[in-house]
Amino acid sequence: MLLEVKNLSIYYYTLAGVVKGAENVTFSIGRGEWVTFVGESGSGKSTVAHAIMNIVPSPGKVVAGEVIFEGKDLLKLNKEELRKIRGKDISMIFQDPMTSLDPLRKVGDQMVEVMTVHGVPEDEARERAKELLEKVNLPPDRLDYYPHQLSGGQRQRISIAMAMAFNPKLLIADEPTTALDVIVQDSIMDLIDALKSEGTSIYFVTHDISLAAERSDKIAVMYAGKLVEFGTVEQIVENPLHPYTKALIEAVPDLWKEGEVRAIPGYPPDLRNPPPGCRFHPRCPVFKERSTLKGLCNAVEPEMIEYEKGHFVACHLYGGAGE
Amino acid sequence: MSEPLLRVENLKKYFPVRRNILEVLRKEPPRYVKAVDGISFEIDRGEVLALIGESGCGKTTAGRTVLRLIEPTDGKIIFDGTDITELSREEMRPFRRRMQIIFQDPYASLSPRMKIGDAIAHPLLVHGIAEKEEAKEIALRMLKRVGLTPEDEFYDRYPHHLSGGQRQRVVIARAMVLKPEFVVADEAVSMIDVSMRASILELLESFREEYNLSQLFITHDIAVGKLIADRIAVMYLGKIVEIGPTDEVLKNPAHPYTMALIQAVPSIARRKKEKKLKITGEVPNAANPPSGCRFHPRCPFSSEVCIAHEPELVEIGHNHFVACHHPLH
Repeated sequence: MLLEVKNLSIYYYTLAGVVKGAENVTFSIGRGEWVTFVGESGSGKSTVAHAIMNIVPSPGKVVAGEVIFEGKDLLKLNKEELRKIRGKDISMIFQDPMTSLDPLRKVGDQMVEVMTVHGVPEDEARERAKELLEKVNLPPDRLDYYPHQLSGGQRQRISIAMAMAFNPKLLIADEPTTALDVIVQDSIMDLIDALKSEGTSIYFVTHDISLAAERSDKIAVMYAGKLVEFGTVEQIVENPLHPYTKALIEAVPDLWKEGEVRAIPGYPPDLRNPPPGCRFHPRCPVFKERSTLKGLCNAVEPEMIEYEKGHFVACHLYGGAGE
Repeated sequence: MSEPLLRVENLKKYFPVRRNILEVLRKEPPRYVKAVDGISFEIDRGEVLALIGESGCGKTTAGRTVLRLIEPTDGKIIFDGTDITELSREEMRPFRRRMQIIFQDPYASLSPRMKIGDAIAHPLLVHGIAEKEEAKEIALRMLKRVGLTPEDEFYDRYPHHLSGGQRQRVVIARAMVLKPEFVVADEAVSMIDVSMRASILELLESFREEYNLSQLFITHDIAVGKLIADRIAVMYLGKIVEIGPTDEVLKNPAHPYTMALIQAVPSIARRKKEKKLKITGEVPNAANPPSGCRFHPRCPFSSEVCIAHEPELVEIGHNHFVACHHPLH
């Protein structure tokens, strides 16, 4: 395994109370594997991504868990050790590419800097920057542009080019296409696919499960700070187990599927004070229907179990008292 | 056939491009971004037309020009039989009430310092429809109607207390409180999680049933168009390139651009199949559009005729029009 995340919990200590952004999250990503984290806003999918890079923004804090990358716990490394890994072995791209671009400097200079800080000589870095631009289908003259002279899609290409500078072992992509049109989104996904085919593992974050289904090897479904289901794309979309996963699939408009789209009723809970038991129970259609689940789903937190090989779920309907 | 609620004829909106000093001194003619360059369509009462295209295609400008939030450069806007293109501010006032807009960004379109209940009551006071107490009553009913309950609790909240989906419900409530006959919904669900979109679309659909509401639904996502629209119009660089009944356009797209938009939408059902038609690049600058068919530089089927001549919209099926020299069928 390239990355093993064990029992990771991240809390935000806000003035209004402690927000449990992610709790007890465990998963792993193999070499060259693409795992997509799906969930609604606030489900914790980005929070976990930030924790892997050890860049959880204040007032957030990793309160428990391990992030083992190639045998080393990233959470235990000092700043200098982390700096060597970030941008080289692990790269990250964001929803807003301006997060990683300086508006006052030409993109070429910024691309070169990413490489020189890791010890690449400047002229070699210039050459490499041109090649990288070609890889992301941008003409070489874009090196002399400032970020504001580029479209959103072109900026995202630049940030991917920067992320590709060292053929990273892991790319963390936090909703990189959410702000883009579908055609541009498709071409950005192709670029990430190309990076994967060179051996890079991908941690991808999206709220759109159909985007996850098209490209990834595995899907992790998060709800209210908890990982609720994990498995291969086939397992998740053809045999979804968790009622939330089922609801997510039914809520997405699909041009190639007949039939109604069904909205998920209600809203995700306030994570300062999450519901007891299974966090999804207030919105769960099965819980609503079956009176026998009372006192279970709303009281006892479900454990993550392996339902079939490689297919994990945390729901009382499987492998336990609620079956 | 009865008169449609809205008829737009050859609508144009050109924005002047700022000239640099040399261009001014050389007395070069002013240049224009032709954001909307001669579009025509009709919307019946209770009908939803989805206007679809990428960023920069002019769809947002088209929506605002139809409402005269931006003044058109040329063309006609006929609303319920009245040509409103040239009406004065005063003459427009009764029409303003009947035509509303729902913006893309619920963060930007709500005042952060106004209670959401007051934000919904506000239009009633502005248009002199209700006095303070009554306006509050109506706003409370509206909050309940859009699913923000308990409504008296929600009334006193501020926008930052709400999630994106809840804020969009407030924006819809504010637009609907005047019981409009027509609404422009500009990317109304684009900023919201996919899982929440369906419920917002259901809400809009319920208003269509209650008010017989007509909608111009602007979106870049053709899959959303499938859910809500009776007809789809695809726009590219200021022009409508294809327009027709939703099922017809989605099952038998005739313009290569429409096909590309359809193919680019991610899908669970079709995930293993190759995408047949991929186009690359982005929408060119509207200040300097390509000659002939504006799509030709990105089109896999373009030929000499496409570079030389601009295609006209022609009917290829019942109510299905396409502007292409090499339609797909």
